[in-house]
Parts: sequence; structure tokens; C-alpha cells
Amino acid sequence: MAVSPHIVNPNPSIPILQVSELSAVFSNGQQGLQALDRVTFSVYTEEFICVLGPSGSGKSTLLRILAGLLPLTTGELFYCGQPLTGPQGDIGVVFQKSNLMPWRTVLENITLPLELRRVPRAEALRQAQEMVELVGLTGFETTLPRDLSGGMAQRVAIARALIHDPRVLLLDEPFGSLDALTRERMGSELLRIWQHRRKTVIMVTHSISEALFLADRVLVLSRRPGQLRLDLPVDLPRPRQEQMRYTPAFGELARQLRSTIEDATEIL
Amino acid sequence: MDMTGSKHKNNYPSHPSRIRIGGFWWIVFSLAAGLVLWELIIWLANPPVFLLPPPGLVGRRFWEVASNGILLRHIFYTLIEILAGMALGVSAASAIGYLLAKSPTVERLLSPYVVASQAIPIVAIAPLLVIWFGPGLISKILICALIVFFPVLINTIVGLRGVPEDLHDLMRSLLATPQQTFWLLEVPAALPVFLGGLRVGATLAVIGAVVGEFVGADRGLGFLVNLARGQYDTALVFVAILTLVILALSMYGIVALLERRLLAWQQRKEQDILQQ
Ligand SMILES: Nc1ncnc2c1ncn2[C@@H]1O[C@H](COP(=O)(O)OP(=O)(O)O)[C@@H](O)[C@H]1O
Ligand SMILES: [Mg+2]
Repeated sequence: MAVSPHIVNPNPSIPILQVSELSAVFSNGQQGLQALDRVTFSVYTEEFICVLGPSGSGKSTLLRILAGLLPLTTGELFYCGQPLTGPQGDIGVVFQKSNLMPWRTVLENITLPLELRRVPRAEALRQAQEMVELVGLTGFETTLPRDLSGGMAQRVAIARALIHDPRVLLLDEPFGSLDALTRERMGSELLRIWQHRRKTVIMVTHSISEALFLADRVLVLSRRPGQLRLDLPVDLPRPRQEQMRYTPAFGELARQLRSTIEDATEIL
Repeated sequence: MDMTGSKHKNNYPSHPSRIRIGGFWWIVFSLAAGLVLWELIIWLANPPVFLLPPPGLVGRRFWEVASNGILLRHIFYTLIEILAGMALGVSAASAIGYLLAKSPTVERLLSPYVVASQAIPIVAIAPLLVIWFGPGLISKILICALIVFFPVLINTIVGLRGVPEDLHDLMRSLLATPQQTFWLLEVPAALPVFLGGLRVGATLAVIGAVVGEFVGADRGLGFLVNLARGQYDTALVFVAILTLVILALSMYGIVALLERRLLAWQQRKEQDILQQ
């Protein structure tokens, strides 16, 4: 894998990402639009975090700030103990839309991060082929994005985000455009990749059961301005099985999340 | 707002819809029908030769000037004007277009001139350019460059503005250098719209060259039209015009070919439409 010239986390007991009192205000006209309001949480190495919240609660904004793509307005953000001021290169992002380059084939889209790091082409192609197999797209290497289904395009985007072996993976509703069954399968695949590759994952989703199935912790944001309403540990055993969705423990956590989200969505 | 729908669709501008050319035999048939009509008019109305020469005479005149090298010399001259003018106009327009699209300051500074330049009828300032730069090559090249400039400039800007913000974010998150962003994102993403501008520019450049030669020149196809008209050699006027048509079509065809080569990734949509 490519060597990233970036900060190494010297001590796994300090958070890989630390967010404290983070607010984000967009300058819209005269009075700004506040998207996030004093959000505080920490993420530790190899944790799987899901973020839930009503539409417009600032989930995408939070992810863009964590990716270093958007400056925060007030508060602090640390990556491996150091202030995060811009894109890191070892934080992979999967955007809400699959966001592929339509003029590149599946394989060429996946090699992009390596190409940007000037990895020799043969080596890049070899690694990309490995990723193609990992996300189950064998046989579609030379397909153009316009001929892919939504689920396949999202898998290409995930492969692209993984190929340069980033330590943190940020996913913004990656399965938002998929039907329920494909979605569950993709979730299981993501879990497999996460366990196999030991990543830290922060994923935005709309689905309570998806969040509980995947995450170590679930964060719930309120409606605008997004405040952190709940930071819920999910102490369900791993590896997680499909049947788990029907256990009382799962049901109890789901109930708790649902009521928090309903409160968070309520218009006062 | 939300991205439901199972098909991933890119939202890149496709080729603007063009008139569709039929198969080879249809073209032959349609041209033959035109010739027959032309002969018919000659036969029925019997106009004087300097008003409407019969096709046979035009053909013979064509053969004469083609075989003694006169036509080729004029074609060569006009072609040089067109190609040099396009090279100049396209490079200036794409460079300035890039700066305009990327820098709000440059945009504010230059946009009054850009808008004003659009309002200038190039045809009307052609005499001025001939006064300033003489009746030689330079004035024609400048006229071609000016006439090509605007469509290419606008399409460069529109093409660059249309590059999805998400893909810019992707490149930033991968720590792409500005050069990498330019070559791997901006150029391919803006290319369809840019080539659309080039296609329009290519045919306009032919007009620019002819106008320049009308105003003042001693060579070129536009000059030949003028010369033949002065001698009431209408058959030769026809020859020059037909040659210009072929020239303009070839320019258009070359850009279309370029589009087909470079934009293969978005071609199938068109074929889909044709098959329906
Ligand atoms: N670039 C932007 N400029 C101005 N307002 C924005 C921008 N991006 C998001 N917003 C606003 O911030 C709020 C939060 O948006 P977002 O983070 O996309 O929410 P979510 O992803 O939870 O639906 C919304 O009200 C949205 O309109
Ligand atoms: Mg969002």
C-alpha cells in the first residue's frame, strides 16, 4: 500500500478525531445560517461511528469539516492530537452522490488516488484489481459509470476511498440511493471491509437499524442548528448477524434512538 | 433533492442536438436531385450565363482552375489564414476563459470588455484591421482569431463552471496539486462544452477569412469570388463558393471527429437515440 506522509497516531488511547464545542455558520446573506451548534465528541482508532439526524441537521457539514474540506467557525478539531486545518490525504471520503468521473472506467476511477500519488501504473492497476474483487465488481473493470447501477457506482466510490489505505473513512449516506435488500448487503460488505482493513469509520445514515447493525456508537444530531443529542454506545456482540436485528436488545436500542430522533426533529 | 432512483446518471452536458445527416446514398441522391433541379431551371428559363451558369460549365471551370494549380493556391492561402487565426483565437480564448472562470477578480476586471467585444460586429471592423495591418496575411489571421474568440471563450467558462463541486472536493480530499486538478478533472470535465465552442468557431473562422479577403487581399478564395465577379465569370464564383463550402464542412467534420474520439465516454447516448 502507498505510504502516507502524514501524522501517525503515536498513542491509540488518545482519540484519532476529537471534536470540541464545534460550531459551523454559513454566511448566507446578512444573518448567517448556523448548521452545527457546539458539537463535542471523540472518535477512537478503529471505532465505527454512525451519525443520525433529520434532514438539514448538519450531518454532511460535519463530515465535510472532519474531511478538512470546510473550515469550522468556532470550536476545536484535532486529528491524532494535532489541529486539523485542511484535507489530510489519509482520510478517505465517500460522498452522498457516488461522484465518479464519467469519463473514466471503473478501474480508472478506483486508481485515481494512486495516480495522484504517482504510484506506477502497473502497481496501481494491480491494487485496483484487488479492490474490485473486494467490493465484488469483478467483470466490470472497463465499464463506464453511466452503465452502472446506483449500488455498483457506490461500491466503486467505496473502493476508490479505500485504495490508498486511509486510516479514517468518512461516508455520507453511502447507501441512500439503494433498495432495502441491496442496502443490507452493502452494509454487511462494509462491515467485512472494516474488520478486514481495521479502519476508523464515521458514517452518516438515515436508517436506525443500519446504524445499530454497523456501529460501535451512534451519534444523534438535532434539527438545525445541529446539536449533539445522544452519543449511544451499541454494545451488541460482533460479528453481527442478520438475526440480531430481531433481538430484544436491538429493539430496545432502536426504541431509544427513535424517540431521541423524534424529539430532535420536533419543531418547537 | 435526494438521490433516489437506482440508475447512476451523470449530468454532463451532452452534444447539443444537431441536424442528423442521412446515410451515404441519401446524400448522393439528394445532391443529384439538386443538380437535376438546377439543369431544369436552366432548361426552362434559359437565363444568361453570367446570371446562372449551367452545372456543366461550372464543372469545366472547376477542372480548369483545379488542374492549373490556381485553385489550390487560393485554398492554401485561405486555409493558412483560418488555421493560424483559429490557433491564435482558441489559445487566447481558452487561456482568458480559464482565468475568468477561476478568478472572480479577473472576471470583474475583464467582463465589461468581454461583453463589449461580443457586441462588436467583427465584419464591420475588418476594414479597420486591414488599414492597420495591411492587406497581407496578418489582418486576415486577426479577423479569424477575433471571430473565433468569443464562442470559445464563453464555452470555456461555461465548461469550467460546470465541473461538479463534489469532484473538486474529491480532488482536494486526495491532496491533488493544482496541475493534477487541471489535467485530471477540469480538462476532461470541461471538454464537451469546450469542443462545442470549437465546432462553432471552426465554421465562423471560414467566414472571417472570406470577409477579410473581401475587404482587401490579393489571394484566397474570398479574393477569387471578388475577382471572378468583377470579370462576370459567374461559373468561377460558383467554383469558389463550392470550395468554401467544402472547406467549412471539413473544418466542422474535423472537430466532430475530434469530439467522437475524445468524448467516447458519452457517445452511446446519441446512438441510443438514433436506434429508437
Ligand atoms: N455551502 C453551504 N452554504 C450555505 N448553507 C449550507 C451549505 N451547505 C449546507 N448548508 C445548510 O446547512 C444546513 C445543514 O446542511 P447539511 O449539512 O447538508 O445537512 P444534512 O446533511 O444533515 O441534511 C442546511 O440548512 C443547509 O441548507
Ligand atoms: Mg446530507
